[in-house]
Amino acid sequence: MSERPKAEETTLEAGEDFTASRPHLSRAHLLDLLHQMLRIRRFEDRCAELYTYEKIRGFLHLYDGEEAVAAGAMRALGPDDWVVATYREHGHALARGVPMPEIMAEMFGKAEGSSRGRGGSMHIFDRAHNFLGGNAIVGGGLPLAVGIGLAKRMRGEPGLAACFFGEGAAAEGTFHESLNLAALWKLPVLFVCENNQYAMGTALRYSESETAIAKKAESYRVPAAAVDGMDVVAVEAAARSAAHAIRAGGGPQFLEAATYRFRAHSMFDAQLYRDKAEVEQWRAKDPIARLRGWLEESGALHAQDLEEIDSRIEAEVAEAVAFAEAGTWEPVEDLTRFVHSAAARRR
Amino acid sequence: MSGMRETTYRECLREAIREALQRDPRVFLMGEDVGHYGGCYAVSKGLLAEFGEERIRDTPLSEAGFTGAGIGAAIAGMRPIVEIMTVNFSFLALDQIVNNAATLLHMSGGAFNVPLVIRMATGAGRQLAAQHSHSMEGWYAHIPGLKVLTPATLEDARGMLWTALEDPDPVLIFEHVLLYNRSGTLSPEAGPVEIVKAAVRREGSDVTLLAYGGSLFKALDAAEELAMAAISAEVVDLRVLRPLDTATIAASVAKTRRAVVVDEGWRSGGISAEISTRLMEEVFWELDAPIERVCGVEVPVPYPAHLEQASLPQVPEIVAAAKRTLGR
Repeated sequence: MSERPKAEETTLEAGEDFTASRPHLSRAHLLDLLHQMLRIRRFEDRCAELYTYEKIRGFLHLYDGEEAVAAGAMRALGPDDWVVATYREHGHALARGVPMPEIMAEMFGKAEGSSRGRGGSMHIFDRAHNFLGGNAIVGGGLPLAVGIGLAKRMRGEPGLAACFFGEGAAAEGTFHESLNLAALWKLPVLFVCENNQYAMGTALRYSESETAIAKKAESYRVPAAAVDGMDVVAVEAAARSAAHAIRAGGGPQFLEAATYRFRAHSMFDAQLYRDKAEVEQWRAKDPIARLRGWLEESGALHAQDLEEIDSRIEAEVAEAVAFAEAGTWEPVEDLTRFVHSAAARRR
Repeated sequence: MSGMRETTYRECLREAIREALQRDPRVFLMGEDVGHYGGCYAVSKGLLAEFGEERIRDTPLSEAGFTGAGIGAAIAGMRPIVEIMTVNFSFLALDQIVNNAATLLHMSGGAFNVPLVIRMATGAGRQLAAQHSHSMEGWYAHIPGLKVLTPATLEDARGMLWTALEDPDPVLIFEHVLLYNRSGTLSPEAGPVEIVKAAVRREGSDVTLLAYGGSLFKALDAAEELAMAAISAEVVDLRVLRPLDTATIAASVAKTRRAVVVDEGWRSGGISAEISTRLMEEVFWELDAPIERVCGVEVPVPYPAHLEQASLPQVPEIVAAAKRTLGR
């Protein structure tokens, strides 16, 4: 078995070919997917804990249960690609390669955070990784992804824009406007709908006349696939296939990943809108337990592997928390810096 | 001056767009009917044939979609000019303008700036009623992160666009609908102009008339009438509503000691209120009279000509307000 890459290098520098149309299911690759999903979950477990200590404030939307979508889809992206995500974007940022310490410092509101503490949990940005947030207006990121695709096309640059959003966005006008524009202009945009069944507390059946979101994409002539979002390998395979078609010049593609958030919408949600039994049903499909079970059954996962993954994540999270704790507060004198570029560049 | 040529506000805008397209391959124009139709106000007429469909890009009626696409394209290395047909339609793109264009630089801690220019028509006077006639530029001037330009003269119509495109941050340009046909002479050397200062368009000593966009010419006409009554009015063209050039405004009023603010926008919470307050903060002790305002009447702009005109600032009202500051 070849040596595994360091955690923070899993996406962009793993040496595997992100342009391949199908996943290469080596043991190392599968262990890496497991590691990535666990890394996201443990990071967020720690965030929830830190929230109760009031180290993290404001809104905190956990990705718990949905890790397979970001972890799988991100394997189909390379360094020239862009990512546009939502306010539930910790998993996307981590899987994209944004360093965990900077993400944690952002949650703390520290100057060393990925957005210098000005965005918080909902607004993680990182130019080095073409990570354009962190958008907390539902549907607000889709037009941005279209624009990135347009720029790439007009500049003749390689790469695509991957846009992650929830099924709630399908009710917004920007969803329809963006799909139409991307299809009309044949832009390199990968739309990834994370259908976690609820727009905050409103079930899909209460908000959409047509609940199959992929069908809406097809009506704009965007090739669409529905995929089991609790199966990281299935997500990766679908994302690779879609990205491959986009890179071949075929215009936009759409993925609808059926998934579920195990925890509340945010830290202020009493979850009156869903049964515990339903949550338990979905928990049985936990993407992490599922991949782990599969690896164990096939004899590919040894206790030692898991211990090693656990200890690596534990160390990484501890380091991230220490980095955030040691971080500094932006001086109040700099409050209005970054409103305009001239002031932002002054120092 | 020799070599001056006759032109219109519309032609000046078109020349500015053409120059930008020629100078910078990153520049493109995008909006409803900018290509095959030639622009709702004919500003982009002929540019499609000259630059092609990629760079003169007709869009569907998707203000939020194409404005957001302009933001994304700007971030990813282009220099888009987004045309929104009229300011009332811009509200369909308000989320993109306010929650994305204006906030991204700050919210990302300086990681992503948005070098985007959005042009739109504003103002009343063509009997287009309440959904095509409002003056909301003062409202946009409320938003940190945006720059708001209101070219009134041919020089500014010709010169503001290039400077706006060179700005690393989002700039909104408001073109008053009654100015498109306005003609005059322009120097052949006319080119890019600064977009930070207000300009004194007529010097005077008794009262300062502060105006912008379509109202500038009403203020200049009023100054002419006032001169016949032996009142020397100075006329300041605000040019830029955000950031306001408080220094130039205050210096003029400190000199004349009296001020009339003219704004086609509504009085309550409008840019006239902001200017009046700044004058109070800056030159209170220099004032010889309370500041007067002549604003749009607080009503959705009506269709019939007599009611529409009654809802807008007019020369006699400006003259009367100026006279009141002098106790006449």
